Amino acid sequence: MTPGWVVRRIGFSVLVAVVLAFFAVPMLWLAGAPFDARPGFGLRWPEWTLSNVHATLRHPFALRSLVNSLVLCLVATAVTTAFAALAAYALSRVRIPGRDALLYLLLLLSSVVTGTAAMVPLFVLMLQLGLIDSRFGTALAIAGGMLPAAIFILKDFVDAVPRSYEESARVFGASPRQVLGHVVLPIARPGIATILVWSFVNAWGNFLLPFLLLRDVGKQPAAVLMRTLQDEGGSADLTVIPVFSLLYSIPVVVLYLVVSKRYGFRFHGGIKS
Amino acid sequence: MPSRAAERDPAGIGTARAIGFVAPALLLIGVFLVFPALWTLYIGITDYRLTGPAAADPRVVGADNFTTALRDPLFGNSLWLTALFVLGSAVVGQNALGFALAWLLRRVRTGLRRTVEGFVLLAWILPGPVVAYLWFAVLSRDGGTLGLLLDRPGTAWLVQYPMASLIVFNTWRGTAFSLLLYTSALAAVPPSHLETARLAGASGWQTVRDAVFPHIRGHVLTNTLLISLWTANDFTPFLLTAGGPNHESEVLPVLIYRQALESGRLGYASAMSSLLLVGNLVVALVYLRLLRGRA
Repeated sequence: MTPGWVVRRIGFSVLVAVVLAFFAVPMLWLAGAPFDARPGFGLRWPEWTLSNVHATLRHPFALRSLVNSLVLCLVATAVTTAFAALAAYALSRVRIPGRDALLYLLLLLSSVVTGTAAMVPLFVLMLQLGLIDSRFGTALAIAGGMLPAAIFILKDFVDAVPRSYEESARVFGASPRQVLGHVVLPIARPGIATILVWSFVNAWGNFLLPFLLLRDVGKQPAAVLMRTLQDEGGSADLTVIPVFSLLYSIPVVVLYLVVSKRYGFRFHGGIKS
Repeated sequence: MPSRAAERDPAGIGTARAIGFVAPALLLIGVFLVFPALWTLYIGITDYRLTGPAAADPRVVGADNFTTALRDPLFGNSLWLTALFVLGSAVVGQNALGFALAWLLRRVRTGLRRTVEGFVLLAWILPGPVVAYLWFAVLSRDGGTLGLLLDRPGTAWLVQYPMASLIVFNTWRGTAFSLLLYTSALAAVPPSHLETARLAGASGWQTVRDAVFPHIRGHVLTNTLLISLWTANDFTPFLLTAGGPNHESEVLPVLIYRQALESGRLGYASAMSSLLLVGNLVVALVYLRLLRGRA
């Protein structure tokens, strides 16, 4: 144990502690403020109470917006997963004419056309279709934005599944429907689970599209309502916001815990690298 | 024995049905991505407005919007701020912090590594509006954490240092992706190279530069391109500062939103969106070329 070693060791520990604090300290507010009798933006030990929780549950739009988020999210996630699974399977296994050009185009689209770059036409499109304030329309728009990337991630999964499974099933006389339902679907389950989680987390946090397309406060999801809570009367409504933030965060935190426990949070293969 | 047809299409769904499988996804992508992208280009050459006579009957004005944009100090300002934002929070912030963490956490105890990774990932997956409030609390003038730490209570960080605040915020928000990518990249560096460097008495920095970097050069490029693209298109700054005070943090996505929906200048905003689209396209093409080169 040379002095140099000790200094390096201490330096290392301090560095890790600072980084940990940098990431963790902002989250402390979410643990204290919801249960503080005098909630503010300052960091302090709370005077514990549940009155904010009651106030939030009584808020006219709080729970409704969470339901809206859930509806938006479930529709977008279901559509994305189902459509992406079908497309990924077909693109992986069948030589459709023009497939390679299509794949290249999808890969480009997934990063080039962002909600920010396309917000004006999206708004005008929905306005002219009469779909402003339509939760279903907004969910489809969100799904459309997620589909190219979802197809890509899923196609990687399907590509990795050996074709011999399907071939054997065919040899034993299974119909295409049976092959898909009884052979392909069970094998592709980890990929489908990945897309379910990925698209749910994305849609749950999406602010821009619902903010543009849902103007009626009774139809807005939690992401958009949080902004209204701030603007009401000019200053933030701090009895409601902290509890509401906590409620709104729970689904993604639970999903994160489940995923990291079951699969570990790692990049697999060459998906992203 | 599988026939030759089955080799190409093992479940036997056939080309027609395969096209049917792809069609619903393509329909949605066409309606909500391809069509809007093309329409942006068209609206960008009109004087379309949200309200007034030009709302009912927009005229084609050619490249007027583009020349106006290039002369508009607000557009120049927002380009500069976007460059600053991308450079500070993505190219330097997320990249360096993500790599440093991946490198430092290689050999620490599993429990500590999981804890650090857990918080970094949480910062990435919490909904945008929630993290905006978390940072309001950190940067608040009323006893905010940063003011207490630096012994400068009463400093309204988001008002006095809006761009610096956004850069620190976005580094916090997005480091997870770089951390994940570099962790998997480092796992692929041959241990023998690190061992050789250690035996040769190389310092940590020398090891990274000479033994590690040559192996992960591709990953560094990939990572930098992707996070730059995402950061340039990120709308979260709107939640924190909405471009203020006085346009000091008005990055391009925020400027486009305010011009389109607050000022109602849809044509003008579309012209700026088109420029953003072209920028994205250039970055994406470079990225795909790199991918192909490595494959």
